[in-house]
Amino acid sequence: MLLIPCPWCGQRDEIEFRYGGAAHVEYPADPETVDDATWARYLFVRPNPKGPLAERWCHSQGCRRWFNIVRDTVTHQIMRSYRMEEAP
Amino acid sequence: MARKHAILDGFASRFSGVASSSGGRIALREVPFSAQLDFRANPADGRVVDSVHKALGFVLPTDPNTAATAGGRSALWLGPDEWLIVGGEGEESLLTRVLHTALGETFGSVVDVSANRTVIEVSGSAARDVLAHGCPVDLHPRDFGTGRCAQTLLAKAQVIIHQVNDAPTFHLFVRTSFAWYLAEWLLDAMTEYCAEEPIGVSVPLGGQESPSPLRG
Ligand SMILES: [Zn+2]
Repeated sequence: MLLIPCPWCGQRDEIEFRYGGAAHVEYPADPETVDDATWARYLFVRPNPKGPLAERWCHSQGCRRWFNIVRDTVTHQIMRSYRMEEAP
Repeated sequence: MARKHAILDGFASRFSGVASSSGGRIALREVPFSAQLDFRANPADGRVVDSVHKALGFVLPTDPNTAATAGGRSALWLGPDEWLIVGGEGEESLLTRVLHTALGETFGSVVDVSANRTVIEVSGSAARDVLAHGCPVDLHPRDFGTGRCAQTLLAKAQVIIHQVNDAPTFHLFVRTSFAWYLAEWLLDAMTEYCAEEPIGVSVPLGGQESPSPLRG
């Protein structure tokens, strides 16, 4: 069980949250003009590091806000928790 | 004439039996039909905040998981720009009018969600322990006292918990479709504080394990 720090509510149990995948995946500035390979990369390719990963979570059973954390995929240590509007 | 039925009407006698069987350590009842409005507004807009303050007597809380109360009405923090405004039975249109006036032409919303949830009131010296049986939020008074609220899970059911006084008394806002389940769970969680089962059926103390209290 992870204890996840919601930027609004503080430390809460993992069961209150929903996982949202990697954070900061940038939407192509002009999707009409990108080639298929670039579009496919945007849709399907995600980082899978052994170590710190920025990811999105939603406090779905609590304040229902989306936010970002940086979590070490090896140790589960959460190094940072920050609101959507804060810089990564 | 049509009569209103509270969702937990059928639990009335089992609820009222708790006070005596627990030796006064727990009291349990439903507080039905409260007016509940979901209010979204910009908390930095002083004009909106002042207008609500003048009309209802409280300042919309901006600290996460806190509530403000005045004149029997409360504002519970649900998010950085969202509150649950709770009033008495029949106050839906009054509160709607007040909040619409406060918003004026600014961006926000007022939605009557009174039918969404009913309120189960749990109070008494053992109330905190009963809730702690199934709640991941730390309810210890150093962290969770009067005026605190939290949206969380109680026995896996989504609830808003609001501590309304130092008795302590807790209001559990639960979706009506989960109310029966949560009522059964609470009665079950209370058995260890009750000399006999809340439904009034006596159970031999000691020896055999108690039978399940889950029956209709
Ligand atoms: Zn939260």
